[in-house]
Amino acid sequence: MSAQVPSVKGGIGQSILRKEDGRFVRGKGSYIDDFKLPGMLYLDIARSPYAHAKITAIRTDKALKVPGVLAVITGKDLEAAGLAWMPTLMSDKQMVLPTDTVMYQAQEVVGVVADSRYAAADGAAAVEVDYEPLPVVTDPFKAIAPGAPVIRTDRKEASNHIWHWETGDRAGTDRAFAAAPVSVAQDLYIPRIHVSSMETCGCIAQMDPVSGRFTIWMTTQAPHAIRTVFALVTGLPEQNIRVISPDIGGGFGGKVPVYPGYVLASVASIKTGRPVKWIEDRSENLQADSFARDYHIHAEVAAERDGTVTALRVKTLADHGYTDAAANPSKFPAGLFHIITGSYPFAQAFVEVDAAYTNKPPGGIAYRCSFRVTEAVYTIERMMDILAHRLRVDPAELRLKNFIPPEAFPYRSALGWTYDSGNYGAALAKAMEIIDYAGLRREQAEKRRKGELMGIGISSFTEIVGAGPSATFDILGIKMFDSAEVRIHPTGKVLARFGTKSQGQGHETTYAQILAEELGIPADDIRVEEGDTDTAPYGLGTYASRSTPTAGAAAAIAARKIREKGRRIAAHLLEVSPDDVEWKDFAFRVKGVPTKSKTMQEVAFAAYTNHPPGVEAGLEAVDYYDPPNMTYPFGSYICVVDIDKETGQVKVRRFVAVDDCGTIINPMIVDGQIHGGLTMGFAPALLEEIQYDENGNIHGGSFMDYLVPTAVETPNWETAKTVTPSPHHPLGAKGVGESATVGAPPAIVNAVVDALQPYGVEHIDIPIHPWKVWQILHAKGAPTP
Amino acid sequence: MATSARPVAPAASLTSAGGPTSRIQVTVNGRSVVAEVEPRTLLVHFLREVLGLTGTHIGCDTSHCGACTVHLDGKPVKSCTVLAVQVSGREVRTVEGLEVDGKLSPVQEAFVEAHGLQCGFCTPGMMMTATALLARNPNPTDAETRDAIRGNLCRCTGYVNIVKAIQLAGKKMQSASSAPGGKP
Repeated sequence: MSAQVPSVKGGIGQSILRKEDGRFVRGKGSYIDDFKLPGMLYLDIARSPYAHAKITAIRTDKALKVPGVLAVITGKDLEAAGLAWMPTLMSDKQMVLPTDTVMYQAQEVVGVVADSRYAAADGAAAVEVDYEPLPVVTDPFKAIAPGAPVIRTDRKEASNHIWHWETGDRAGTDRAFAAAPVSVAQDLYIPRIHVSSMETCGCIAQMDPVSGRFTIWMTTQAPHAIRTVFALVTGLPEQNIRVISPDIGGGFGGKVPVYPGYVLASVASIKTGRPVKWIEDRSENLQADSFARDYHIHAEVAAERDGTVTALRVKTLADHGYTDAAANPSKFPAGLFHIITGSYPFAQAFVEVDAAYTNKPPGGIAYRCSFRVTEAVYTIERMMDILAHRLRVDPAELRLKNFIPPEAFPYRSALGWTYDSGNYGAALAKAMEIIDYAGLRREQAEKRRKGELMGIGISSFTEIVGAGPSATFDILGIKMFDSAEVRIHPTGKVLARFGTKSQGQGHETTYAQILAEELGIPADDIRVEEGDTDTAPYGLGTYASRSTPTAGAAAAIAARKIREKGRRIAAHLLEVSPDDVEWKDFAFRVKGVPTKSKTMQEVAFAAYTNHPPGVEAGLEAVDYYDPPNMTYPFGSYICVVDIDKETGQVKVRRFVAVDDCGTIINPMIVDGQIHGGLTMGFAPALLEEIQYDENGNIHGGSFMDYLVPTAVETPNWETAKTVTPSPHHPLGAKGVGESATVGAPPAIVNAVVDALQPYGVEHIDIPIHPWKVWQILHAKGAPTP
Repeated sequence: MATSARPVAPAASLTSAGGPTSRIQVTVNGRSVVAEVEPRTLLVHFLREVLGLTGTHIGCDTSHCGACTVHLDGKPVKSCTVLAVQVSGREVRTVEGLEVDGKLSPVQEAFVEAHGLQCGFCTPGMMMTATALLARNPNPTDAETRDAIRGNLCRCTGYVNIVKAIQLAGKKMQSASSAPGGKP
């Protein structure tokens, strides 16, 4: 056998089984609704049936007579305490409860507190509210048109226009378009969708009236940020606030915002002196929690006759609902939408976005993606196909011709982003080989001759994740670093705590693997904790695929700080100078005499029992990692669809996903993340949409009609990898949780449009459900049996 | 092993004092319990809040998600759509009843080994459905497996590894029953 590469049990690159699974498969996870505190009360919420209406009367006497009901909370009660409105993350404000006007259907109107769950629901049903309906605006184009009814009469500006944002060189881009021999343009709508994590949102708020200690167990992806926001909004001293995020049943961005229910439960606890639990129903979750997408995009691409792309121009109207509560870094009102130049070296680009208020709940959160990256990738990857069709070239060929070449990295895009690393052609070539692209094209030609509809779609996406460098990335002024605190106990076992918060990603395992690799201690001996602001170091939480790029890096750096101290202790034990000791093959070794060595465990024991003079006892370190740049994961996906001409049903026959997330910590977990992400890309492409009628009634407000994919329609995903490490991340890792959600939708839509080429179809807006396809086929004169 | 009926406290956390209640006797994970419940009490609330068996989850309000799946007399049911009074005199098995004598069931083992779970919220219901499937079909095809879990939604895994886990569990059960000295 050849020389063994030294390794540590559970180190980087190993598909070890997850540490968290033991409790989950036994039904012993601790989700928010599993907690029960002595004397705990329950909050339920009466909601508005109208999308826009004046409240003329609220009667709570019947509710208060329901056995078990102890208190009700109205907007007027909150107004008296200065809490009727609260700030959003984007310098706007949102209602906790309305004092006079409701602005979306299912808006919270009255909180009811009772000594049991059922009594609280009975109480909420007994609340009587009189409404005077007001004109409703659900179309953002109508909302910003002259004469539209103004939704936010609390603002100075008598308009539903929130802001205008633009980036890039407008004049240069216009000139490039004027000079271009070829250009294509398309309107694209990315509808409202909802993350629908399997666990809804909820909390238990507990104000201890004696100590003044306020504890809230809540479904949050960012416990520390929440603590600071609570302190700023309520004036409570921050050391008296403790936010605990227990096991979270999926987040995907939906558990970043502060919803009125959290605040109401807190107010109810302060009012009653008892712990108060609030758990929303699925319908409440779908109808009132923040939404994603809702971007109306007009995109144009300019190119040379040979297909070389030259310029990109994008104008977008964003529907934010009744408030701008987007969960974006403060400096980016349209998130990172300006990653829209994608995998291609556009010399010129200009992007502008206008935001509008409508009578809908707040939008602008992620749906398993990094701040509007999905909208950007969808746009550019659709436009590349539209250009390919216009030029009658193969979409793979057009991409391969245009990709930013590997030698161009670090690459600075026309809109100012510096891509860290990439090898786009390699990923696409691999996907084409796995799926036998040439063979599929031959099969398609054969099927077209027979009148059958088969399509092949490609998406070669570039993401931007890992927010982010402190110069540009903050939320309410708090810089977007993240943290790790690592303690090695005398027996060589490790406790590590992080400022992030897993919602299913497997941090307890992944972080342990990073530390195992860096410390030479088996992953089994490393315990990872997150989600308690009393114990974990400050961090900005988990979303935007930032955990491995930020906190994962912090783990590595903290471990290296420990190694530096350990070197001095090892030198003491080995009776040599620290300069003669190096960390090699998972041990401290005397340079040139590698057999003279001390393990990290031996050094840890000495750190508490025999530490050298001049060196502090103990072996621990903290790191707050401020990333020097974002990371730029990428990949190429190829989707094959067959369309039933008689029903319009689209079937995804195969889907090959080649991802490059840099260094892979745990291949099994990475594949799991890709599978889940692909399904959450498939969902909005073919199934999910939240629609509103002209009266603001929600369609898609329960699982009856919001179509989360089941196992039956979900394809059997095929995955593969290329590895192009990030040059600036300590481990070369880039983050992977959202790549597939971002990359999948255009591959599917491109495949459907490709299938419909015989009918001259240029574009279909998502979700592409059978009725939409059937109508197109019918209108285009497809023969029906 | 049958045990004597053990009375539990009324469902105080669900309903307020004063309403009419019904007395039920139900065997849960092999243990007989007697309780007074308000007639409208859902089985899932009875299990979670009265018996403290919080492994059974609630993920929707329209019987679509399946996070609350338990076995009623050996068949999978959505416990959000069954009243506690309907199960009186019957046998309920929850995720907490899958592990026997400190040994995980083949389904539990396979979900861990095949990475068939991420956030873990749908997992108990998914495993109960899988357990029932394998009891009647220990060697399901991909299509049969996917069809069996069509009433259990998962938002994290994309189902690929859940299908693998269920098929792996089926193989584990078959090899356990054919191995010498294995359970029949």
